[in-house]
Amino acid sequence: MVDKAIELFDCGHRACGGCGAALAARLVMKGAGKNTIVVSATGCMEVFSTPYPETAWKVPWIHSLFENASAVASGIEASLKMQGREEKVVIMAGDGATFDIGMICISGAFERGHDFTYICYDNEAYMNTGIQRSGATPYDASTTTSPSGSCSFGNKLPKKDMPQILAAHGAPYVATASIAYPADLMQKIEKAVRTKGPCYVQVHAPCCTGWGFEGEQTIAIAKLAIETGLWVNYEMVDGKVSKVKKVVRKPVEEYLKTQKRFRHLFKPTRQDAEIAHIQSIADKNAEKYGIDIKLKKE
Amino acid sequence: MMEITEGSHAVAEAVRLCRPQVIAAYPITPQTHIVEALADMVANCKLDADYITVDSEFSALSACLGASAAGSRTYSATTSQGLALMFEVCFNVAGMRLPIVMSITNRALGAPLSIWNDQQDSISLRDSGWIQFYAEDNQEATDLHIIAYRVAEDFSILLPAFVCFDGFILSHTYEPIDILSQEDVDKFLPKFTPYQRLDAADPISFGMYATPDYYLEFRYETDCALKRAKGVIQKVGKEFGTMFGRDYSALVEGYRLDDAETAIVAMGSICGTVKDAIDEMRDAGKKVGLLKIRVFRPFPDDEIAQALSKVQRVAVLDKDISLGSKGAVALEVRDALYKTGIPVKGYILGLGGRDVRKKDIKEIVSLVEKGIGDQFFGLRKELL
Amino acid sequence: MALAIGCRAKPGKSRDNKTGSWRVFKPIFNHEKCSQCGLCQTICPEGCIHEEEEGFLNPDYTYCKGCGLCSEECPSEAIEMKQEEK
Ligand SMILES: Cc1ncc(C[n+]2csc(CCOP(=O)(O)OP(=O)(O)O)c2C)c(N)n1
Ligand code: SF4
Ligand code: SF4
Ligand SMILES: [Mg+2]
Repeated sequence: MVDKAIELFDCGHRACGGCGAALAARLVMKGAGKNTIVVSATGCMEVFSTPYPETAWKVPWIHSLFENASAVASGIEASLKMQGREEKVVIMAGDGATFDIGMICISGAFERGHDFTYICYDNEAYMNTGIQRSGATPYDASTTTSPSGSCSFGNKLPKKDMPQILAAHGAPYVATASIAYPADLMQKIEKAVRTKGPCYVQVHAPCCTGWGFEGEQTIAIAKLAIETGLWVNYEMVDGKVSKVKKVVRKPVEEYLKTQKRFRHLFKPTRQDAEIAHIQSIADKNAEKYGIDIKLKKE
Repeated sequence: MMEITEGSHAVAEAVRLCRPQVIAAYPITPQTHIVEALADMVANCKLDADYITVDSEFSALSACLGASAAGSRTYSATTSQGLALMFEVCFNVAGMRLPIVMSITNRALGAPLSIWNDQQDSISLRDSGWIQFYAEDNQEATDLHIIAYRVAEDFSILLPAFVCFDGFILSHTYEPIDILSQEDVDKFLPKFTPYQRLDAADPISFGMYATPDYYLEFRYETDCALKRAKGVIQKVGKEFGTMFGRDYSALVEGYRLDDAETAIVAMGSICGTVKDAIDEMRDAGKKVGLLKIRVFRPFPDDEIAQALSKVQRVAVLDKDISLGSKGAVALEVRDALYKTGIPVKGYILGLGGRDVRKKDIKEIVSLVEKGIGDQFFGLRKELL
Repeated sequence: MALAIGCRAKPGKSRDNKTGSWRVFKPIFNHEKCSQCGLCQTICPEGCIHEEEEGFLNPDYTYCKGCGLCSEECPSEAIEMKQEEK
């Protein structure tokens, strides 16, 4: 067991107040422990934590580029192996670095089976460059490159299923987690880091600035994502779903209404068809992962 | 020990003798024979390295970057399209001051696609911060790898290095090569000691970003380090000469230059052809000499100015072109000679594997004598 | 200060950046209401809430950005956000 009281991500970083990714960084490091080398991809987390010389990282940390973190980690792992060293390698990358531009390096690294843990903190867009859409942006979210408008409801594409893609590479451990459930998140990280081979944990990390809500709501919104079935927390061991967080589901509207990126679905007029479509995404998730808790009627 | 060996295999042997701990490379013609030979050595326990079969050149150099930062001596090899794919990582490696050594079997860049030789690929990376060596023959290519590690890893330098040798012309040619023994190379090239490394026992943050308050100074320091490499190359090249009888202390090397009226400046295997042409021209009474550039980065401007101070004119052969401008080597040689007023003409030739013969060199000499130059040479007029 | 080769730094330097100056609202911790569950400490994105001697929790105002997450999530409603007086 790692000592979760140790803070390995320091104060003084420049994340927005209430940033989900900053909380993710803290919690991930608590789960990973201090015998860890972190590889960051370019993005909000890298930028808010390491303007020279003010690093927030208390563990060895390296950043090279936006799209090569898993290749850099491959080299580090190979080097550690050759030196007979025991440190664990943990990648911290945003959804853009993971779902989009880093895919070739990620696929290669997972195929090769390096012993590392890849953590995607998923804030569902390219936040560092000003909230552009990524392959992780949910359906109908308005971003600066998928804006809602008189003939658009925002992002037209569904969220890519990265966990399944990496499970299909043979990753021994794949999990989704959320900053709203810190204990579960830390436990999953610890498990991933302990598991030999390339593991993947995708952490839902709401971004107040990019999604349009007050920083104090970060956890409440992350919880709503799970309670509506739009985000599912689960584990996959050797490609099989083994543990799923079950909920008494709420209508997706309750989640959508909290964020400016979905405001066009309610104002100036309510877009019933679009909301129904998003509800169908949640329903499919619920069915696929069996998240519904059935309440007994009295 | 002298062996008749293919250039690529001789280079692979040299790399093996340098004991890289992590190798990451991706196959591309004409580099393949090097990385295949290294894979074979690892598979047969002749080389104790982790050989990462990466998904791309981009990942190859990124993996080397990680391994180097973690504290290992690393190696890669590529050319042309592969090097172009590494562009972003190349700048990164130099800025992070990681002493990675990479072989470049020089090849043209598409489009049009061409697997044949010129030097456009590595020349295009001239601004990236890598040391660039160019070999005339396979003995030199082999030796320069061993020298490159020494220079790159010197704590006063800490920069990556390309060892460039012409694709096919050298990489696929058999020549007798003196392959050094492991004991000898171990004496020359000590075990790798990283200047700094990722280590949980002594954490550092590495590759942070720099605000405008710092960036300019970081670039300045990298430039200073690259310029300092001149002195280290001279020292290490001399030491190599003392130990093994082949002196590489000179960044530029003259051939029959002492009383030359016309100097030809060139890099790489073409120097062999130029030397042969010069011998014939000398026999015919023409005072022509060669200045071979072995180190293109750091650029040996003072050394060139000194070596060429007595000539009347200079013809620079470029197997590359900065499209819309001129050949890269010619531009820099002209800059180096600016104060002397010696006229410099550039000739773009041999691109995409076009053969350059002795008679071409002689023709260039008569062109430069007439003051004609700064042009493509050897164009097939019937195609234009 | 000379530059560190490779744009490198040792830990601890981010503390030079005192993010407490960002604060518009200030969390005031009411120790009478506090059940000492420690949730605020876990979820503060700054990691700036510390346990004091008797198990009570207090933020380090040098770094607290005043995001209000602790106040919002505290199950005992023991943290109140007050306009910062500057
Ligand atoms: C090759 C390259 N393309 C584009 C960029 C610009 N860029 C930097 S960070 C970023 C977005 C990062 O998005 P994500 O990975 O989701 O992280 P976030 O900022 O959202 O935390 C982009 C597009 C870059 N640095 N490098
Ligand atoms: S923009 Fe979003 S992800 Fe980036 S620091 Fe701010 S809250 Fe965090
Ligand atoms: S207001 Fe925000 S930054 Fe301040 S202590 Fe609470 S959670 Fe931390
Ligand atoms: Mg993102």
